[in-house]
Amino acid sequence: MAVDSDRGASASSKTPFWYDPRFRAIFFQILTVVLVVAGIGYLVSNVMTNLERQNIASGFGFLQREAGFAIAESMVSYSAADTYGRAFIVGILNTFRVALLGIVLATIIGVLVGVARLSTNWLIAKLASVYIEVLRNIPLLLQLFIWYGVITVSLPGPRQAMSPVEGIYLSNRGFMIPAPVADPIHAYMGIAALLALAAGYLIRRWAKQRQIDTGKQFPVYKTSLGLLILFPAIAWVLGGAPTVMELPTLQGFNFRGGLTLTPEFAALLFGLTFYTAAFIAEIVRGGILAVSHGQSEAAFALGLRKGMVLRFIVLPQALRIIIPPTTSQYLNLTKNSSLAVAIGYPDLVSVGNTTLNQTGQAIEAITIFMAVYLTLSLTISLIMNWYNRAIALVER
Amino acid sequence: MTDQTLHRTVQHAARTGGDSPVVQPPSTKTGVIGWLRANLFSTWYNSLATLILLYILAKLVPGIIDWLFISAVWSHTEPEVCRAADGACWAFIHEKYRLILFGTYPFDEQWRPTLAVLLYLVLLLASCNRAFWKPWLGVAWVVLLAVIGTLMYGGIFGLTQVPTTRWGGLPLTLMLASFALAIGFPLGILMALGRRSDLPIVRMLSVAYIELIRGVPLITVLFMASVMLPLFLPQGVSINNLLRAQIGIILFASAYLAEVVRGGLQAIPKGQYEAADSIGLGYWQKTRLIILPQALRISIPPLVNTFIGLFKDTSLVIIVGLFDLVGAAKAALTDPSWRGFYRESYFFIAMIYFVFCFSMSKYSQHLEKKLNVGTRR
Repeated sequence: MAVDSDRGASASSKTPFWYDPRFRAIFFQILTVVLVVAGIGYLVSNVMTNLERQNIASGFGFLQREAGFAIAESMVSYSAADTYGRAFIVGILNTFRVALLGIVLATIIGVLVGVARLSTNWLIAKLASVYIEVLRNIPLLLQLFIWYGVITVSLPGPRQAMSPVEGIYLSNRGFMIPAPVADPIHAYMGIAALLALAAGYLIRRWAKQRQIDTGKQFPVYKTSLGLLILFPAIAWVLGGAPTVMELPTLQGFNFRGGLTLTPEFAALLFGLTFYTAAFIAEIVRGGILAVSHGQSEAAFALGLRKGMVLRFIVLPQALRIIIPPTTSQYLNLTKNSSLAVAIGYPDLVSVGNTTLNQTGQAIEAITIFMAVYLTLSLTISLIMNWYNRAIALVER
Repeated sequence: MTDQTLHRTVQHAARTGGDSPVVQPPSTKTGVIGWLRANLFSTWYNSLATLILLYILAKLVPGIIDWLFISAVWSHTEPEVCRAADGACWAFIHEKYRLILFGTYPFDEQWRPTLAVLLYLVLLLASCNRAFWKPWLGVAWVVLLAVIGTLMYGGIFGLTQVPTTRWGGLPLTLMLASFALAIGFPLGILMALGRRSDLPIVRMLSVAYIELIRGVPLITVLFMASVMLPLFLPQGVSINNLLRAQIGIILFASAYLAEVVRGGLQAIPKGQYEAADSIGLGYWQKTRLIILPQALRISIPPLVNTFIGLFKDTSLVIIVGLFDLVGAAKAALTDPSWRGFYRESYFFIAMIYFVFCFSMSKYSQHLEKKLNVGTRR
């Protein structure tokens, strides 16, 4: 014991302190912090001098000032007399709109194409792989320009608009579709749909418990789907069944009424959706292929039917592999929606760019960009991580 | 039984068909008919899907072929001739290909970007051969990038100076992506090491940088580089638009490359670290001699994929006012007498992008298989 401590003491006295790993760790970290702080301090002082020289007041005060520019499409009321702050909100909402729709559509198309690529039908599999290879290997920006070109150059003007179905018009001013005239009943129908969802959830719980207790099965999904259609339909009939539809009609040089998808929005949505769907398709294919063949064979041997094998055996295992990379595709889609600025869809970056050019508040505008996209990214990550945990393998 | 007698027995069996006569499989299971039955008409819904798809293809494909080849205007003529024709106007590409490929680079000096692109392609193809994966290849790339820069910029060896504002087209696209990889990769390695470091502050800074850059779109990074960078510089110092965009892309690329390298680092078994520690190597010796050579080898296929992404993403520089391939193709469309031939213009550059990206991704898949041979159990 005495010998040991003696040896330890003599060893540490021989080693100079700068060879001590603990000292080195602390020293290098302090050095890093000093370098980073000095670098940032230098940049900040440069920014201060430059801003002073250019007479730009820093801070977010400019958000209260009048914007003075119009925005082509907006989900909330907005005019040129509104503030920059409101313009930013319009931009953020437009980003949300295209990202959300894009995520939903890209998932649907991506899953379809991914499954199609695994089809035993040679023609379907080949067409799916051509789709994937072509769309993945051409820059998204170019695809947006192509979609925008197809819509604004190749489609006819409003007077010669194509009308595949009565009431739907395709022209170089965008896509016009009929929309039901707003009615308070629509709100009640929404509530009815929510009630149907809640009822479906309860039925599922009850059916599961009953199957555990008695072994009897209950057609949960068919019943839920029926309720989802039935409840809003009842609300609609009780409310007097309003059937007034607003049809787009040609007035002067453009259409009025109905719902309009502007060329910019349509091009951005198509571009984002089809591009991201190609990546999701590959992920889905990889996920399904990763589930070992023995799993489905074992399930068939137990006597499960094809749909049950897919639902209870293959999908739960494939989803574990599919979800994490799909999350990053959702994030990519959201971030890529910023390419809107190239074709003139008024998203956050587009509005922010106009603001930046008018006011010179570069740092503030870019801070807002980064804050919004980081928040969006983190939110999507959180939701998807929560979902991922819900379906993750529960081990002992 | 010796090998020879076994051989003879097998030959005999093959000649006589053994004890029982050989039964050929039914004709519906082999040949073209068998293939069709198995792959296109296996069930009634597969048959239906095949027929519907064939009908759609029969409707679409002849029109596309007609537009691309048969009704297309191939000769170099006036735009009016093109407008009268039904097909594609390849005369437009004939007229504009130098603008699309090289941007506004001075016409008489365009042999320089041509040579630069050719040299680049030669070295790129050479790099695909794993026999050349020696230290000199890295040196060759550094020399090549320097030569390309000199060729493009000029000012020495009797070459006239061409300001970067006139660079454009394919060489610009290649340069932006390659410099981003060349400079972003060492940065990415440092950041990846930082992220896996034991020092909490270094780790925190690396994580913050990587996640911040990966959480925002490239456009905001480009905007930051193009409008905020000038504010960061001391008075009197200014850098041109191209360099600012390049810095933006490097910053962006380094965060993604850091994640690629981190993937490689995480794949190295812990025993390798411990073995290196036990023979008394210091941190940098361990990293340089043991860990990185193995980690980087694993990271090569995802690295190629990141490069493909970068190559496509450089098209965004159009937004900060540079004329890369996409920008130049758009610029070619602004000529009033050739207005409206967007399909030809975009088709042309889409083909260039497709050829580059598709071959690189196929190469990456091939590489993944080859490199796995050593580690597969």
